[in-house]
Amino acid sequence: MSALEILYFIIPSAILYATPLIFTAIGGVFSERAGVVNIGLEGIMVVGAFTGIYVNLEYGPSMGASVIWLAILAALVAGAVFSILLAVAAVSFRADQTVTGVALNMLGGAVTIFLVKLIYQKGQTDIISNPIRRFSMDGIEIWGINWFPLANIPFFGPLLFQNVYSTSILAFAVAIGAWLIIYKTPFGLRLRAVGEHPMAADTMGVNVAKMRYIAVLISGALGGIGGAVYAQTITLDFSASTIAGQGFMAIAALIFGKWNPLGALGAALFFGVAQTLSIAGNQIPVIQDIPAVYLQILPYVLTILALAGFIGKATAPKASGVPYIKGKR
Amino acid sequence: MSNRLINILVPVVSIIVGLLVGAVVMLVSGYDPILGYTALWNGIFGDSYSIGNTIRQITPYILAGLAVAFAFRTGLFNIGVEGQLLMGWLAAAWVGYAVELPRIIHLPLAIIAAAVAGGLWAFLVGFLKARLNVHEVISSIMLNYTALYITNAIIKSLSDGGFKTETVLASATLRAQWLRDLTDNSSLHLGIIIALLMVIVMWFLLEKTTRGYELKAVGFNQNAAEYAGMSVKKNIILAMTISGMFAGLAGAMEALGTFQNASIKAGFTGVGFDGIAVALLGANTPLGVVFGATLFGSLKYGALNMPNAAGIPEEMVSIIIALIIFFVACGYVIRLALSKFGSKKEGK
Repeated sequence: MSALEILYFIIPSAILYATPLIFTAIGGVFSERAGVVNIGLEGIMVVGAFTGIYVNLEYGPSMGASVIWLAILAALVAGAVFSILLAVAAVSFRADQTVTGVALNMLGGAVTIFLVKLIYQKGQTDIISNPIRRFSMDGIEIWGINWFPLANIPFFGPLLFQNVYSTSILAFAVAIGAWLIIYKTPFGLRLRAVGEHPMAADTMGVNVAKMRYIAVLISGALGGIGGAVYAQTITLDFSASTIAGQGFMAIAALIFGKWNPLGALGAALFFGVAQTLSIAGNQIPVIQDIPAVYLQILPYVLTILALAGFIGKATAPKASGVPYIKGKR
Repeated sequence: MSNRLINILVPVVSIIVGLLVGAVVMLVSGYDPILGYTALWNGIFGDSYSIGNTIRQITPYILAGLAVAFAFRTGLFNIGVEGQLLMGWLAAAWVGYAVELPRIIHLPLAIIAAAVAGGLWAFLVGFLKARLNVHEVISSIMLNYTALYITNAIIKSLSDGGFKTETVLASATLRAQWLRDLTDNSSLHLGIIIALLMVIVMWFLLEKTTRGYELKAVGFNQNAAEYAGMSVKKNIILAMTISGMFAGLAGAMEALGTFQNASIKAGFTGVGFDGIAVALLGANTPLGVVFGATLFGSLKYGALNMPNAAGIPEEMVSIIIALIIFFVACGYVIRLALSKFGSKKEGK
């Protein structure tokens, strides 16, 4: 393979693997920025993946290719509903957020497999026949002129626009949107204030509990989407091993991205490259000489190094993980 | 109601509510909860074979629970038991088959190797926290996956591309024929004695030694401990390492007792995460951990009988366990309800 061919192979694949991470990591950014640590992202992704596959199998035959959007929407709702458990426990009941997150992970894994066995009488679902498909952005023809023929751009066309998933475009849009919301709107300012110094925010009239509920629900919704996208692009069915650590890798991405949506986007893309290389590296010269294990552990090791301050200091929001109790100094 | 009574009531209420919600889930899904819980009961206590295997299942749960509880008592959250357990598992299996020694040296050596491997893996977490201010929850989650991939890669290369190591030698096994004869050929092994011994070790260490007092003091209040002349950093690293040694021992139970080898894993064993549940239910005391481990170990093993005897997926029990943890975590509300209930009664 020539260098260019390798690049044309790695980059689209990296974006494919990064897409679910982007959704989920940005969900995590919302909840952590509001002061709620969401270790339960893994369980939320599992719930989203199951919901996505279930809806796809159920309505795919009648709806055809557009069923993926219904599946993603259903996963969004399921993830948000599931995350209410965390919100109630962490915000209203002052529970330990990490423990609640662990419980959420266990619950998500157990409930979904229980449901699979109940509905399908076996340990895994069938393969979906309407997965999210790649397409080429050849442009739209209006008034006889071809607008935005992005796929025809030399170099960048084949690299970014010839084999693209609609969900990947959505992920980039969500990342930019999240950045705008968190840094450029009053809502975002309040969200960050609640996560940094809830008492000060409370004094200024911000409803801390409400903000934290909203943030956790957003993280649940985005985590659900992440799970549904992963299941419908990569595994194409649902079983106990469908989501195996993607939620935790999303947490790694949000930390490596320094609790910033665009940082999380970059980190997720980088982890996508690492995942691609660890799975398909044996086809690429030079990379095939590196044992896959180094690429597999790379995201996790880098995250530790980032936290340790070797790769720019990553500092968590100050009140992250601490329940807010009114009147307590 | 006294504080002590409430502390005991919170887990009891959580267990009862967990089982009740479990029954409702079974009803809603069209299963018979009475049939389900009978199958669960028989799966745990049905015959001597089941009892033997239940005790075998409880063994790593005790050690994983001790690991989490010990860390909690010293102000740390060890969510990395999974990774430390895998490291201990591999170390014990490797020493178990690669070295030839008389049994009296070989078995202890393999067990110590597991403790050292688990301890070293946790030492990293303690070091990162004490020296570089990295939160232990995040670093241990990251090290869990690192351990999973590293042990898999090592097992693959040790077995020349296979998926499991050689079987441990007879001189390093925890299995004992008399235990198997006693329990109708179950896989019960001597590990339970080690686990119970460690329960006493943790109690002694925390309650009867100066070092244990220091470790607890640092957990309670770092500033006060520092002011009293204790080294906070040293104690954090030590506490994490000891916690990891318990976790490594849990791995030794699997390597030398239950499985007799180390094999490549697609995901985590779940024992480490369940250890968090065990510790919480046992209020982080050594004796409480024994109760928590007995409950969760029994439930986990008994669940395997549910698909055959009642046609209910075994995941039902995982749902119940997750709910129990959730309720214990929400202890604040249960406490509030209990104390209101208590004061009303007193008022009358």
